[in-house]
Amino acid sequence: MKPMILAALALSLGNVHAAPIAMEDQSQLKSAPAAAPGFTPPAESELPDNAYGKMVRDGHALFVDTRRLMPEYVGNGLNCSNCHLDQGRLGNSAPLWGAYPMYPAYRKKNDKVNTFAERIQGCFQFSMNGKPPAADSPQMTALSVYAYWLASKAPIGVESAGRGYPDVPQSAEGYDFKRGEQVYQAQCSICHGANGEGQKVAKDYVMPPLWGKDSYNWGAGMHRINTAASFIKHNMPLGKPGSLSDQQAWDVAAYINRHERPQDPRLVDGSIEKTRLKFHANDGVNLYGQKVDGVLVGQGL
Amino acid sequence: MIPLDRILISSLLLFSLPAVHAADGQKVFAQGGQNPAAMACLGCHGPDAKGIAAAGFPRLAGLPAAYLSKQLHDFQSGSRKHPIMEPLAKALSAEEIQAVTATLAAMPSEPASASHRQQMAADPVQKLALYGDWNRKIPGCVQCHGPGGAGVGEHFPPLAHQPASYLVAQLNAWRDGSRSNDPNQLMVGVAKAMTDDEIKAVANYFANPVSPEVKP
Repeated sequence: MKPMILAALALSLGNVHAAPIAMEDQSQLKSAPAAAPGFTPPAESELPDNAYGKMVRDGHALFVDTRRLMPEYVGNGLNCSNCHLDQGRLGNSAPLWGAYPMYPAYRKKNDKVNTFAERIQGCFQFSMNGKPPAADSPQMTALSVYAYWLASKAPIGVESAGRGYPDVPQSAEGYDFKRGEQVYQAQCSICHGANGEGQKVAKDYVMPPLWGKDSYNWGAGMHRINTAASFIKHNMPLGKPGSLSDQQAWDVAAYINRHERPQDPRLVDGSIEKTRLKFHANDGVNLYGQKVDGVLVGQGL
Repeated sequence: MIPLDRILISSLLLFSLPAVHAADGQKVFAQGGQNPAAMACLGCHGPDAKGIAAAGFPRLAGLPAAYLSKQLHDFQSGSRKHPIMEPLAKALSAEEIQAVTATLAAMPSEPASASHRQQMAADPVQKLALYGDWNRKIPGCVQCHGPGGAGVGEHFPPLAHQPASYLVAQLNAWRDGSRSNDPNQLMVGVAKAMTDDEIKAVANYFANPVSPEVKP
């Protein structure tokens, strides 16, 4: 009897603590060369009607309907397909065929090797503000198999054109929150709402929230203004990629990312300043731990 | 204690006062506006406002009041063109538009299929409806119009249970410029990128109440 009680105790203790951080270093990898994406992922019609084909389909379902199918792992209102457009297929929209062949990846900064599963776990912890599924869970296997299938015939360890969100250079004048707000209200609010709250049908988001408690947290790559600017420039507004100028993309990315969102789960000793120094000070352009108009950004929700 | 008759009189006053000033939405719907040119909606859109599919007259029941109001004002301004609706809308007062759109929005309509993007597309039409064609910068219809084409907010109207001929006519109106009232020009590029056959097929997809995307 005693060992069972101990085991139960250990289990309950484990639940009290937050899940361990799977991929602590979320800093930006070197970006892909800016060139027209040349890779074409396989068509659905090419999928075999066997266990492999079924697992690819399962992974696809999780990828496009993540929040509803994996509620225990997703802590906000987002699906994978919100940041990886066209079901993870679209070049310049962090396509899975560009990511899969780059793992396992070595990171010099912390001298660690991260697997693809750890990278996806990072997405769940930061971009989805949730809990990472275990590396050997059926969901993780299905998502990995879906990514592997999309990367069929892609070269391994090569930075394909169209991988990630190609860099959009910051202009000499930087960015401006006021101009960004104007771009936001004119071009983005029709879908994402005047306060970044997204739009729902019944209880499910159709257009994702961009800030607030249901959006990505302060540890997600999208919290970097440079990353958000690149995503926006190449992918937004939906169906009108490339329609904003570089300056507009930077301005509106800065406006979006000055708003509060869930805390960085790597928070060091409860200190925003320590967290800033350890994780944000050398990670692209971001506002975490800085003051904007006299208000500390990064307090979390 | 306030006497009962005084409560009755004051509550009667409360109910009757607004009616003196505000237009009666139900009356505009069933009998038309003050101006005789503002014909009753039900004549073309049906007694239940669910549209007349054979004639291509759209359903209005259950559409967001703000969307309907914008369309009537756009018919007035000419950013949406239609030989019958333009003079009709011009004959409606702002108060009548506000009242009749509130009435229409509250009328019952059949729900869209409670389906979600999940399975891979089984055919090109389902692919266009759910996921779009990004080689041509066409998002999936449901990405803006909601699961099953249910409509999202006041800017993205329902496609579900609209007559196919109406949906085809709208897509063609964006292509030829007779409709140019889409916010941020979100529809014009999509419509121009689609072929005639795709427009017909995707209109049928949403007009058909038994959507093929429903999972068993």
